[in-house]
Amino acid sequence: MTLTAFLQYFANALQWGSFYALIAIGYSMVYGVLMLYNFAHGDIFMSGAYIGLFVCTGLLAISAGGLVSMPPWLILILTIIGSMIGTSLVGMFVERVAYRPLRNAPRASAAVTGLMVGLLLETTNLWVLGAERRHYPPLIKVMSYKIGGVSITNTKIMVIGVALLVMLIMHLIVHKTKIGLAMRACAYDFPVVPLMGVSIDFIAPATFVLGSSAAAIAGVLFSISYPVLEPYMGMLIGWKAFIAAILGGRGSIKGALLAGYLLGFIEIFVAAIFPSTLRDLIAYSIALLILTFRPLGFFGEPYSAHMRL
Amino acid sequence: MMKSLIQKVRSRVSEIPTHAWLLGLLVATLIERLVGDAVAGSLGLGIIPRLFGVRYILTKPLLIPSVMAYLLVIYLVPISIVAWFSAPLIKKLPSRLSTPIFLLLLYGALHIWGGLDEYRLLVLQFILISILLTASLNLTNGYMGEFSCASGGFMAVGAYVTSVLTVWGFVNDDVFGPPALPPAIGPFMFPIALIIGGIVTALTALLVAIPSFRTRGDYLAIISLAYTFIIKSFLENLEVVGGPRGFMHMPKWANLPVVFLWTLAGLWVMHNYVSSLLGKGAPGVRDDELAAEVMTVDTRRVKVITFMLSAFWTGVAGGLFAHVMGYINPATFGIMKTAEIMAMLYMGGLNSITGSIVGAVLLKFLMEALRPLQVAKWIFIPVIIIFFMIRRPWGLVSFREFGILRKEVKRAPASD
Repeated sequence: MTLTAFLQYFANALQWGSFYALIAIGYSMVYGVLMLYNFAHGDIFMSGAYIGLFVCTGLLAISAGGLVSMPPWLILILTIIGSMIGTSLVGMFVERVAYRPLRNAPRASAAVTGLMVGLLLETTNLWVLGAERRHYPPLIKVMSYKIGGVSITNTKIMVIGVALLVMLIMHLIVHKTKIGLAMRACAYDFPVVPLMGVSIDFIAPATFVLGSSAAAIAGVLFSISYPVLEPYMGMLIGWKAFIAAILGGRGSIKGALLAGYLLGFIEIFVAAIFPSTLRDLIAYSIALLILTFRPLGFFGEPYSAHMRL
Repeated sequence: MMKSLIQKVRSRVSEIPTHAWLLGLLVATLIERLVGDAVAGSLGLGIIPRLFGVRYILTKPLLIPSVMAYLLVIYLVPISIVAWFSAPLIKKLPSRLSTPIFLLLLYGALHIWGGLDEYRLLVLQFILISILLTASLNLTNGYMGEFSCASGGFMAVGAYVTSVLTVWGFVNDDVFGPPALPPAIGPFMFPIALIIGGIVTALTALLVAIPSFRTRGDYLAIISLAYTFIIKSFLENLEVVGGPRGFMHMPKWANLPVVFLWTLAGLWVMHNYVSSLLGKGAPGVRDDELAAEVMTVDTRRVKVITFMLSAFWTGVAGGLFAHVMGYINPATFGIMKTAEIMAMLYMGGLNSITGSIVGAVLLKFLMEALRPLQVAKWIFIPVIIIFFMIRRPWGLVSFREFGILRKEVKRAPASD
């Protein structure tokens, strides 16, 4: 492999890993704070993409209509914000319907219910919007830069930049705000938190809002990079991001970051070296291998005191 | 006076043994085969309703009164009459023969009911296979309290191994060439092929069981999930069995008696296992592993045996599935299949063989009954499952079994 090819794959992997990292944050946070696998998260990512589609087309229509003219970058930012709000509502709905009634039930039942809610989201999408695939309207003019033989588009740079920014903001929220403190308290010692006057009925939706927002951003960015949307897109990416979240370690944001990028790298480089049909097989096998030797993931700690988010 | 009459009827009905109801069902199915067409025709239904008429509720609601009349005439009335009048006779049967008679009556009813139509037969076969799958998963997820997502993978391994054996042995196929063994003994070798498929699946289950020694619950879920994905990817890359295009030409040897017998065998073995001293260690591992170790339960042994037994029967169910369909491909055995089996389990009931049966029958029946809705089927089914899970998180029939023998409880007369 030449250096140019290697750097090209490196750049691609950074972009691909960003999606995994953003979605893995949602899994990781919900798992760390609420001790709960949210198998519907991949479909929340899909909702983020579709809600972004609607916001985007709506804004473009308004802009073209002549009332208010908005430059494309403003539309993009508003799309992301709109998608974050909409997807947070979806996330809160999932929490309210599927997880809150089952808070005292065995976690396996909650997990199965989560799976069913995910299925519900997918099929509702399919039923309401039909099976045809949707396209994202082109928002930014795609410009390709060539640096030393490696071609990088501005979308790639945007994806990587936004992902890192989002993770920084998440880290700040969790470590510097009161809500973040409450979340870390839940991760530290769950039953005591209500005794301290913080209602779990507030923390749970808040955690889902944060996770769903990250997934929404991932959804919008993903649709911009790969403009074809379909109802089952959440399933393919979601499961891999789940494995990344577990690799990163229970409830750890930097773990989700690291593992997401690692999984992205593994996938891209494996597809470069081996026949691409073996990509999933080798990626999952490596993940399984890592988990066999380090079952808690990179930054995970056994469930006890001193848990860190 | 009315009240005491109702009281008397209720107490008589509650004493009717299950076998009498089954006899009634058998007679009803016979009646359906003999005069069903005529009755359906005269009620304006055209053909015999295939699935007790539940589809008519969605497709032709105007025919609902006719459907209800049909069910009354063909099912409810004969079943009630036969059950009522045969109850005293059945109670006199020796209790040794109780189980064989139960099984014979049950199988007779299923055979005659299913014999009407290919569709009914297929539905019955799928329900029986699902019962086997759900009960196998109950061993690890219900009794032992793990969260294993590996059923899809186990089923795939069993299906492919059994199919490769039957096709190599008895079918003239492009890949494996002419049959290696005389085709005449084929149907008799089928059980051996199933058992070998099950054993291979059980051996691969070690990949899931051994990591479970070090970790519990959560990480087992990931490992078993990764296992299912890996098996699916591996099969997709295995060109010799067709890869993503699938594998076919396996002979359809899994007819109703075969599937029924294997399901019966599976349930029997699993029930014996959980009732045995070794099997009682499994709920111990679930409730408090450390305490169980202290109480001389060899948790490693219990874990390995439970996983392997569960995988064996899931593999056998996979083999049966392959030979009912005549075609399999890796996509069938992915995460959706695992989700389906888990939904049947958690809805039906944990830690209970009866629960597995209830869950499997209920979900499969729902899936067939809601078929006219097409895409919307997968909106209603998750909603129904979510509803059940919220109301009863441990399942409908959990932690208890229903015996078929209703023993008379002789109470001492109240003295004092």
